[in-house]
Amino acid sequence: MLELEPFILSFKLAGLTTLILFALSLPLAWYLSQTRSKLKPFLEAITALPIVLPPSVIGFYILWVLSYNSPIGSFFYEYFGVKLVFNFTSLVIASCFYSLPFMVQPLQSGFEGVNKNMLEASYISGKSKLQTLFRIALPNMKPALMTALIVTFAHTVGEFGVVLMVGGSIPGETKVASVAIYEYVEIMDYESAHLYSAIMVLMSFVVLLSVYLFNHKQNKKFSGI
Amino acid sequence: MIDIKVEKKLHGANGDMNLAVDISIEEGEFVALTGESGSGKTTMLRVLSGLEEAEGEIKVGGKTWQNSKQAISVQKREIGFVFQDYALFTNMSVEENLLYVNRDKKLAKHLFELTELEELKNRLPNTLSGGQKQRVSLCRALMNRPKLLLMDEPLSALDLNMRNRLQSEILTLHKEFGTTTIMVSHDPSEIYRLANRVLVMNHGEIIDDGTPKSVLLETSGSQKFSFEGELLDIVKVDVIYVAIVAIGQQLVEVVVSKEEVKNLTINKKVRISTKAFTPSIVQAN
Repeated sequence: MLELEPFILSFKLAGLTTLILFALSLPLAWYLSQTRSKLKPFLEAITALPIVLPPSVIGFYILWVLSYNSPIGSFFYEYFGVKLVFNFTSLVIASCFYSLPFMVQPLQSGFEGVNKNMLEASYISGKSKLQTLFRIALPNMKPALMTALIVTFAHTVGEFGVVLMVGGSIPGETKVASVAIYEYVEIMDYESAHLYSAIMVLMSFVVLLSVYLFNHKQNKKFSGI
Repeated sequence: MIDIKVEKKLHGANGDMNLAVDISIEEGEFVALTGESGSGKTTMLRVLSGLEEAEGEIKVGGKTWQNSKQAISVQKREIGFVFQDYALFTNMSVEENLLYVNRDKKLAKHLFELTELEELKNRLPNTLSGGQKQRVSLCRALMNRPKLLLMDEPLSALDLNMRNRLQSEILTLHKEFGTTTIMVSHDPSEIYRLANRVLVMNHGEIIDDGTPKSVLLETSGSQKFSFEGELLDIVKVDVIYVAIVAIGQQLVEVVVSKEEVKNLTINKKVRISTKAFTPSIVQAN
């Protein structure tokens, strides 16, 4: 019998992470695309770290920072009564670190690809940076925007190592699809593992295909043919 | 009245130089800014618009845009700017491009009528020709009724016919709105047609300032015709030499003596002039 809970959990996690990351990455990516500061390479390197680090390293540090023994973990537990490890909240926090570059990088290159004169024309028209961001920059980089949102979502659905370390495998709380498959393989329930894996492959393909189809169409539209 | 006294260190393609400009411009004037590339013309426009910082003072119609203590932001300067690459908002229709600046539908309609853009108002910028795009850009720059209109080589990407047409449209709009205008241009005929004053920049400084006639007509003394061109080649034909010179879009041949050839270098600028003779002039088709 197919249990849908791990999938629902995966999508809930990915959806929340994408929303939070979008709000956090927008100012960061905008700043990185516009700045000439010497700090830029350092910020870019830090942002890109999760791509190269093994998930176990990210998982270990997040556990270390969020556990009761750390100042942050104990602060949240004492004052708000919130545990920051081995629950859904901890998964969201961990995913935000893990997927950060997948949101920031496409947004940054999207912003960089927008004609600078177009942004300046907007400032000259009396519009603030915020108005320019939402009414000129973002609408003129829809493919980059789409890529950032979808790839972040898909990447979060596909994470495994960090989730396992920070969240464990609590059914209905932290047992997402990828962890569920791992467990089926461990107990040699290959039938369920096959089923879950096939569903993951199919869904991932559909998501990626829709991104590429959308971008293909947009590029055609914006190149003016 | 616009008073400009600014200074800025530049690290340009031709090495370091100092932009130092001190001029006054009357209200309603149409000023052409010309000079070799890299002489600081575009930077000058960007400093005026507030897109780049510089030391000094800028006063427009009694209002201080910038002094040693403070500078008002680009958003508050009330300028119009026409870019060489049009810089239209590609996500908006022609009409939306104008209304984004100022939701004044009446003014937009009036501008469309003056430039015959009415039929194109619902089109997206990427479906327009270069000339049409620049007309939209020109209209957009006038939507906030600017105190100062700045144009950075607005017509240089267009072909000759389109340029002529746009020039007369710029004239129409200038007559209608009387906006004080500074336009960067390399085209003497364009400057002659549009501007009532020419500033020549070199190495960050204004080296010549006058009417188009006094600055552009470079005849001196008794010479009646004088053209500046580029010497492309010198060909020996029997005992004489023929110099091939590019003047504007045309190539001309000039017979030169053996002595003259010694003083000429290929690819250098030359001046062709002649004294007493009677040219005949007929209208070309």
